[in-house]
Amino acid sequence: MLAMNYRGPYRVRADHKPDPVIEHPGDAIVRVTRACICGSDLHLYHGLVPDTRVGHTFGHEFIGVVEEVGSSVQNLKVGDKVLVPFNIFCGSCTLCQHELYGNCHNTNAQSTAVGAIYGYSHTAGGYDGGQAEYVRVPMADVGPMVIPDDIHDDDAVLLTDALPTGYQAAEMGDIEEGDTVVVFGAGPVGIFAAKSAWLMGAGRVIVVDEVEYRLEFVKRYAQCEVVNFKEVKDMALHIKKMTDWVGADVCIDAVGCEAAGNTMQTITGVYTMMQAGSATVLHWCINSVRKGGNVSIVGVYGPTFNAVPIGNALNKGLTLRMNQASVRRHLPRLIEHIRAGRIDPKQIITHRVPLEEVSDAYHIFSSKLDNCIKTILVPPRANEVRAVKASVQH
Amino acid sequence: METRNDIVSANDQHDGHHAPGEHDGDGHVGHVHGHIAPRRPTRDQLQHIQGWGADLDRKNRPGVPMERTPPRFINVPDGDPAPQEQHVEVLVSTERPGRTPLFGSVQPPSGLSGAIRRLAFKSTENDVRHWLLLLLADRVNVVEGIGDDLAKGKVPNILAEMGIKSELKHNPAGLAKKVALGAAVIGVACYLMQRRGRRYR
Ligand SMILES: [Zn+2]
Ligand SMILES: [Zn+2]
Repeated sequence: MLAMNYRGPYRVRADHKPDPVIEHPGDAIVRVTRACICGSDLHLYHGLVPDTRVGHTFGHEFIGVVEEVGSSVQNLKVGDKVLVPFNIFCGSCTLCQHELYGNCHNTNAQSTAVGAIYGYSHTAGGYDGGQAEYVRVPMADVGPMVIPDDIHDDDAVLLTDALPTGYQAAEMGDIEEGDTVVVFGAGPVGIFAAKSAWLMGAGRVIVVDEVEYRLEFVKRYAQCEVVNFKEVKDMALHIKKMTDWVGADVCIDAVGCEAAGNTMQTITGVYTMMQAGSATVLHWCINSVRKGGNVSIVGVYGPTFNAVPIGNALNKGLTLRMNQASVRRHLPRLIEHIRAGRIDPKQIITHRVPLEEVSDAYHIFSSKLDNCIKTILVPPRANEVRAVKASVQH
Repeated sequence: METRNDIVSANDQHDGHHAPGEHDGDGHVGHVHGHIAPRRPTRDQLQHIQGWGADLDRKNRPGVPMERTPPRFINVPDGDPAPQEQHVEVLVSTERPGRTPLFGSVQPPSGLSGAIRRLAFKSTENDVRHWLLLLLADRVNVVEGIGDDLAKGKVPNILAEMGIKSELKHNPAGLAKKVALGAAVIGVACYLMQRRGRRYR
């Protein structure tokens, strides 16, 4: 099959590799019809995640059609159209029993610090991802959800990570009516976090980024205020000025380990890897939020360590919340929001690229060329069923 | 989870500053002797926001409280998954008693990078050497990857893999700058090497 193939930092290509097979009675093989490139894929693409092996196929945001099921699978059948949450989880361990599907303890042998994620290095379990024609989906009875007929495929693929992660970011901020919420990062997750903050009753939503076209987009799409940090001398001071010197009630980190905006952090975190990525946004969150406020982190950081002003967090009495999204628990409510027209996820999709052109797709997204916000990769066999149906009709 | 809520509403009754809709016309609350409070828009002022407040009630937020049992919305399996059969080498964290019932089996460790990864997996995740060795193995693996390509008679088109086509199309000025910078760096390096060569001649 054709699959995205990691060759080294900044080097990926579409290449042939053997089709995945059923390895466990609970597995399914899914033929991918759409796969997104995620902002967190860029950390892999830039070589920042330990144990990213050459030949790995990325992609944790995908939908597709069930092609084959293992002997114990009961709830899915061949031909079902499914969206597959990015977490690989068992449903039965203590963590899963508490709906912390992003922290399942039964699916990642390689690391106890991370749950299992499709196509996200061996640190996240060593499973190939969905930027391919076919993908192995473990625990097929538990993870995937059959896509309801009235949900558009482009919305469905955004329900696998970007939207639930943005929503959970706002949820972990424990937003009260009238709160001022600052979201750092105007990528897909930040955009959806801003949208979700309004759903939870925020009084002001401010999104911070440096990329002008993304700020333009989020301002319109999420009806929020925006700040370009390149035009600001000191972020914490700026937020204090914007909030009558109190600070924001809630700050959300939707950037993670490759944050720009502080040269020292970029040198120590990204260029020399002396810490697990640049901690710029963590500094901004802790220092811009009000005393007693909440910081919610969904941006991804590496497994080693980061230098963060934890003393300020202590002295200000902050609540820090963070996690990988537990996608599955959010789906029913988010589908209600889509149906009610409160949120239209697919509007953020700017690029639709054949899987064959994966090298360029990554480069465009990574370098923020061509006003790119969200890219969908379409594998060559994505439309096969439709083609068959069409021929039957004729 | 509800504690902060209660405290805020107690304050609101006290001074009214925090309650939406209870301040002066421009939405701004002034400072009085160090008492500072941020401006808060009224519900009317937020009417135009699509979907505003739909999940204001925490009962509508599927992640509140953070831990919920039994799990909703999934087909809860009976008991732990049966163990997956192992056919390739899988490295296992030393911070657990054995392999997990399910695991990824792609790209098993191989070659020099594989040896470094095996070494890395002798230390715990808590030991930073574990991660640093893995990063080292990743870099070694890149060289092995080029070797593998060549062994298969395939010369990797590194510029294409880096997306040069899209750079040309969407950022020709930036590409020209990078090429010029690269040429300058190489030029300076050549010049310095030449000078050094002369000095020791
Ligand atoms: Zn993602
Ligand atoms: Zn589990």
